[in-house]
Amino acid sequence: MKHLDEFNDPELARRLLDEIARVSTRPAVLMEVCGGQTHSIIRHGIDQLLPPGLELLHGPGCPVCVTPLETIDRALAIAALTDVMFCSFGDMLRVPGSTHDLLTVKSRGGDVRVVYSPLDAVRLAERHPERQVVFFAVGFETTAPANALAVEQARRLGLDNFSLLVSHVLVPPALEAILQAPTCRVQGFLAAGHVCAVMGVDQYRAVCDRNRVPIVITGFEPLDLLDGIRRAVVQLETGRAQVENAYTRVVRDEGNPVARALLARVFEVCDRTWRGIGLIPDSGWRLRPDFRAFDAEARFDVGRIHAVESPLCHSGEVLQGLIAPTGCPAFGRECTPRTPLGATMVSDEGTCAAYFTHRRVAVGGD
Amino acid sequence: MGHGGGGRLTAELVAQVFMPALHNDVLDRLGDSAVVSVDGTRLALTTDAYVVTPLFFPGGDIGALAVHGTVNDLACAGAVPLYLTAAFVIEEGMPFDDLARIAASMADAARSAGVAVVAGDTKVVDRGRGDGVYITTAGVGVLRHGFDVGPDRARPGDVVVVSGPIGQHGVAVMSVREGLEFGTPIISDTAPVHGLVAALFEAGVEVHALRDPTRGGVAAVLNEIASASHVGVVIDEVTVPVAAEVRSACALLGLDPMQVANEGRLVAWVAGRDGERAVQVLRACTGGEQAVAIGHVVDEHPGMVVGRTAIGGTRIIDVPLGELLPRIC
Repeated sequence: MKHLDEFNDPELARRLLDEIARVSTRPAVLMEVCGGQTHSIIRHGIDQLLPPGLELLHGPGCPVCVTPLETIDRALAIAALTDVMFCSFGDMLRVPGSTHDLLTVKSRGGDVRVVYSPLDAVRLAERHPERQVVFFAVGFETTAPANALAVEQARRLGLDNFSLLVSHVLVPPALEAILQAPTCRVQGFLAAGHVCAVMGVDQYRAVCDRNRVPIVITGFEPLDLLDGIRRAVVQLETGRAQVENAYTRVVRDEGNPVARALLARVFEVCDRTWRGIGLIPDSGWRLRPDFRAFDAEARFDVGRIHAVESPLCHSGEVLQGLIAPTGCPAFGRECTPRTPLGATMVSDEGTCAAYFTHRRVAVGGD
Repeated sequence: MGHGGGGRLTAELVAQVFMPALHNDVLDRLGDSAVVSVDGTRLALTTDAYVVTPLFFPGGDIGALAVHGTVNDLACAGAVPLYLTAAFVIEEGMPFDDLARIAASMADAARSAGVAVVAGDTKVVDRGRGDGVYITTAGVGVLRHGFDVGPDRARPGDVVVVSGPIGQHGVAVMSVREGLEFGTPIISDTAPVHGLVAALFEAGVEVHALRDPTRGGVAAVLNEIASASHVGVVIDEVTVPVAAEVRSACALLGLDPMQVANEGRLVAWVAGRDGERAVQVLRACTGGEQAVAIGHVVDEHPGMVVGRTAIGGTRIIDVPLGELLPRIC
């Protein structure tokens, strides 16, 4: 993975920063959509190096952050069932539900496992026919193809002890929702490169045309981000609003047709509640009716879930770019990665966690 | 489980449960080794329990680890390691051959570190109540005359030197434990560091503090020394050596190499004027060939470690909270 160094080159970064400063003549507000981008921006200190007046807002693209509380609570209830082996990506384990998290379930004797791919969960189901293996299928369009693949494989293998707890979310409806909010300050987006690698760029053209807002499809390394910012600023300065692909080494216009076909076979669009934001119409995916047999929500009756969010947590406003984490009264006080009130303080990609980890206090140069 | 990860939660557990019950002048210093005086001879004592899954991993096993870890704790107190003891908690059904392999590996490690295992104990627990074998080693060493190193001795102007690429052990163990396959196998760096420490002292380098970064990684020891010495540390991130395959694995898993475990690395805080020489001395030693200075100690932001990023930004380098949890995408 040589590119990690190539896209972190100090001299090229300096040139891009100079170029951004040269073309910026007025204040501008951009939003990077993906939590991975937020993490990279804070991790490398990119926002500190931009000209004054060029502001980056951090978007909602952190999968663990927006998974609805009700779904987390349902996961906790299912994971606590005695015959269940509950499989999840690592960073879901500390996400707070109404009263506890998956790590607590594990410490109380629940069978909670970290896996790196839903296909690992399918393998566990094959090896443990006596257990009900449930995979927590959360995330954006990026993680969905592997989950779709897992369901198809489970069906092919005739597994009746494998299911998915699905809470997939989709980026374009979220961008629309952010732009429709009366308090919206966003003038341009850095769209998430990996999502576009799967879905392509067409959906973004519609958002762009309807709202006259520049959208630059951007990668995750420092030079990717600086180039994305530069292109968005140039569009704003020249009065253009287009979809631009600054991540051509990964993203093709049509996305990944094989993955898209797979997704269309397995998932259908549904309304989805986003944690901290609320219901966004047509912003999620659920399993199609002919895959209902693999739907954990239908398989396990855990009663009515009554989710209660912490009244102190302002993660919804953070996720919509309305406030910075430091604008939340609980930030660094009641809410730390040790005692997270909201999911944004948990994941590495969560904006609050990124600020807490790398930017807890103002840090000068020498 | 987070309380065992070597991060902030581990420190809390010690502070809230064990210190109130057991505290005394020696323990209160919370060094990796205790330093006591017996008839005018200064001794370093330490003990460590080893719990690792899998027992065998690329580049080492729990036996070598149990020797190296304790030898390294003694060495980082500035002591010459002399004797170890070892206690084994063995799970019923643990294959005899595996135990023999582990014992042989301990013997090799002890021989190469110049220490002898002089006492031991074995206990067997029921099947299902252990992960094959747990090993606890304790060690004793004699402090060198005329040298005084300690976690509270770092001073502004000191140079921070690391003896080689970081993060290899943690990624090697994780790759086997989690069944991750990388194009190039990542080999653990488990090794004793006492030779490196001895070389620094023999060359007359003015050493202020030493640490072998294990769980919690280099980030944890940088923060530990910054706190104990009430100084700030600035790290130039471009200089931090990370092998390409470790960097890739960390990028894939969303981990910070600075927070990933090592075994067999040394971090030294040496007087500024000796920084370059310390690097040269380490490079002349086996296991120190890729030694490099990664930062320096400052007056500002006491207790805090700040990284200067490749592109010129800054960030805080923090202690990991608990266990490292790989991310979603």
